[in-house]
Amino acid sequence: MLKFISRRLAATFVVLIVASFVVYMLVALTSDPLRDLRVSNDQSAQHKMAILSEKLQLDVPPFFRYFLWLRGAAGCVIGQCDLGIAFSRGDQPVAAALGTAMASTLSLVVLATILAIVFGIAIGMTTALRQYSAYDYTVTFGAFIFYSLPIFWVAVLLKEFGAIKFNEFLGAPDIPLGVAIGLGLVFGFIAQAIVGGRLVARLKIAGAVAVLATILLVILDATQWFAQPSIGIIGVTLSVAGIAAFILFATSSMSKRRYVIAIGATAALVVALWFPLQFVWFFLNNPLTVILVALVLAVLGWLLGWFIGGDDRKDVARIAAIVGALATIPLLLDQLFIRWETYTNLSSLKSGVIATIGANTPTMASHPDTWLRMLDSAAHLVLPTIALMVISIAAYTRYTRATLLEVLNQDYVRTARAKGLNESTVVMRHAFRNTLIPIATIIAFDFGAIIGGAIITERVFAWQGMGSLFSYGLHHSDVNLVMGFFLVTGIATVAFNIVADITYSVLDPRIRLSEEA
Amino acid sequence: MAASVERTETGDVVGLSLGDLVRGRFFRHRAAVTSLIVLGVIVLLAFTSVGTIIGGTGKLTADPASGLIALDGFRISGWWPYNWYENYPLSNPGGLPSWEHPFGQDTLGKDIFARVMRGTQQSLAVVVLIGMLATVMGVLVGALSGYFRGKVDAVLMRITDVILIIPGLVLGAVLGHSLNGNAVALGILLGLITWPGLARLVRGEFLALREREFVDAARVAGASSRHIIFRHILPNSIGVIVVNATLLMSAGILTETALSYLGFGILPPDISLGQIISEYNEAFKTRPWLFWWPGLFIVMIALSINFVGDGLRDAFDPRQRRMPKSTSLWREFKELVGGKAATK
Repeated sequence: MLKFISRRLAATFVVLIVASFVVYMLVALTSDPLRDLRVSNDQSAQHKMAILSEKLQLDVPPFFRYFLWLRGAAGCVIGQCDLGIAFSRGDQPVAAALGTAMASTLSLVVLATILAIVFGIAIGMTTALRQYSAYDYTVTFGAFIFYSLPIFWVAVLLKEFGAIKFNEFLGAPDIPLGVAIGLGLVFGFIAQAIVGGRLVARLKIAGAVAVLATILLVILDATQWFAQPSIGIIGVTLSVAGIAAFILFATSSMSKRRYVIAIGATAALVVALWFPLQFVWFFLNNPLTVILVALVLAVLGWLLGWFIGGDDRKDVARIAAIVGALATIPLLLDQLFIRWETYTNLSSLKSGVIATIGANTPTMASHPDTWLRMLDSAAHLVLPTIALMVISIAAYTRYTRATLLEVLNQDYVRTARAKGLNESTVVMRHAFRNTLIPIATIIAFDFGAIIGGAIITERVFAWQGMGSLFSYGLHHSDVNLVMGFFLVTGIATVAFNIVADITYSVLDPRIRLSEEA
Repeated sequence: MAASVERTETGDVVGLSLGDLVRGRFFRHRAAVTSLIVLGVIVLLAFTSVGTIIGGTGKLTADPASGLIALDGFRISGWWPYNWYENYPLSNPGGLPSWEHPFGQDTLGKDIFARVMRGTQQSLAVVVLIGMLATVMGVLVGALSGYFRGKVDAVLMRITDVILIIPGLVLGAVLGHSLNGNAVALGILLGLITWPGLARLVRGEFLALREREFVDAARVAGASSRHIIFRHILPNSIGVIVVNATLLMSAGILTETALSYLGFGILPPDISLGQIISEYNEAFKTRPWLFWWPGLFIVMIALSINFVGDGLRDAFDPRQRRMPKSTSLWREFKELVGGKAATK
């Protein structure tokens, strides 16, 4: 395994270096940093050009200048980054310019990628399992349309319609009974389309979902939840139970007693820890706390699974650890929602909660409360993330559908069905895992597309991120700035590649065996 | 299949060629045929309405003798009375769409229909260039590395990896910003960088097909490598190539418009659909027609190309064809209602 990863790492590293050389040469050969000075009538232009040439070492041919840059960049490994200076930004060191931009862009790109993968695979699987149904046709057609949308156009539409309408709603949240019933019916209709089957079963599902959704909306409206949203212990309990049920279903271990007990115990433990964790969130006011909590909950889940698991203890422990780690999400959201009222009452939030400009509210950037800052970032992330996700979701949906259909036609799936396994085991245990293998390979491809998309969404939503640095650097012939962008996105791409590769080998024992042999 | 059997005058059965079969299947795909017609209409409309320019830089120049403003290059005029580069008096306050200017006007009085048509021409030109060049490059690289394997394969695939690791938009922007906004040059450059995906697919096809018996037979019969590649293996992988060429083209128009939107593609005074949207970005609230029309044309072109690609995929690979299943819900409903009526 280690050998496999290190070999992959070395291969991609070489490719990355060559690619950086190509980008450097292309930018250096096609742009002229002295252009503005050449045409200027300034008396001292000649003198300024000499200074700039000296500073950027323009007398060194680009081919050798690249290696000077590479030497500086290699210093990053030992913690002494020298990525040159961005002359177009007043001689600011590139490393410093990247520092602030990197966090906002990477959070956007990574969040959009992960959400697109999760939703794309889920929608793609449901369409494959309901092949040739009206639902399948609708989703396929929708995917075609989303696939053909220019991202800058979608982003502007989202900004002008989505944000403004939703902010108006949040400003004065009120759901009339008629709208609640209407929304309930819509949910019911969607649910029956996904579940499918015979008419009577469909009607039952549609009715049940419609009634439940309507009641939920009426309760939320009556308790003014949209004005003061909160999750609380009730919300956390429900979400954790939902996560546990989903994981049980996804691993098709609903009917296995030890799995159910271990996962139930993990979920119960998380709920029991809700109150003590309040102190942790309060006193360890630091973004790293999220990772710490996730790790601790995963370890606790793993231990519970290990003790309860019996013969399958390895498998049970692993699944319980996943449940523990995932349960951090509702706990974190709970913390963010507690601060909702404080946030909405901030004087700087005039245009509404869902922000359309920038990566955070300027006055919030140095606020001492981490979770309030996180809520602020989240409100700014909503729209660009949706804009980035939409197109990738369409691609993942179509790809997952095609792959799962192909896998479901294989002989071993027929064997699994023939020996009497239930449908959820066949789909989740046998077919789904093999579907993930080809998907893992296109994730790496798609990540590059999402970074490209981030350049555009940053422009539309006026983010000061990596994408805007890239555009700015390229417009001003600033090679160092462009290279800084490429270095960060290139490393991120390689990291995603490696993660995909590891997932790949975890999923497919054949790869592990062939590499160890 | 009854449709594939034809008889000559003497009554012999004549088989249909692969091309006939594919064509037949394609024309039965309703969405694909509709899209092909839409695409044809868009092309005709874009090129006949406002005419076009051949050669030259496409930039505005003032004629020194008469002082008139004219375009550089050979101008072919069309049936639409307005140009994309001249300002006209506003027919409606604010440039609201009217009978004379159905797509509206901008603040300077430019006719948006003419601008969108010119932008469509440019985007289409880029798309066609990308489609042709990337297909040729991808097929060539994929065929060589799949057929010869070994060192050729290793070298070509490493080059492919290098291009793949640079995000397409980044590479396009880096190359595009030095072009001074020339559509033909942009199309050629984008064509030269978008082939790696296709190359990988073609390589996979070639790796599989080169082990087949008919290739061995050809080799034993003394066929040269060139003959085997172009006469035996390539025709067998034409489906993959054609389908992915269309996907390259629909991705190509989105890349071109995105680059022009960012200011790295086609630049003013020339026009591209993405550049129109970028130019009128701020006017969305006051003059939405400046924003809707160019976007709509991008979506229509990309969507039609995608549907044509889907139709081609079904035509070349009937295994993946959708089999419309008769829906039984309505029958069930009738039975349900009918059953209740009977028990009454």
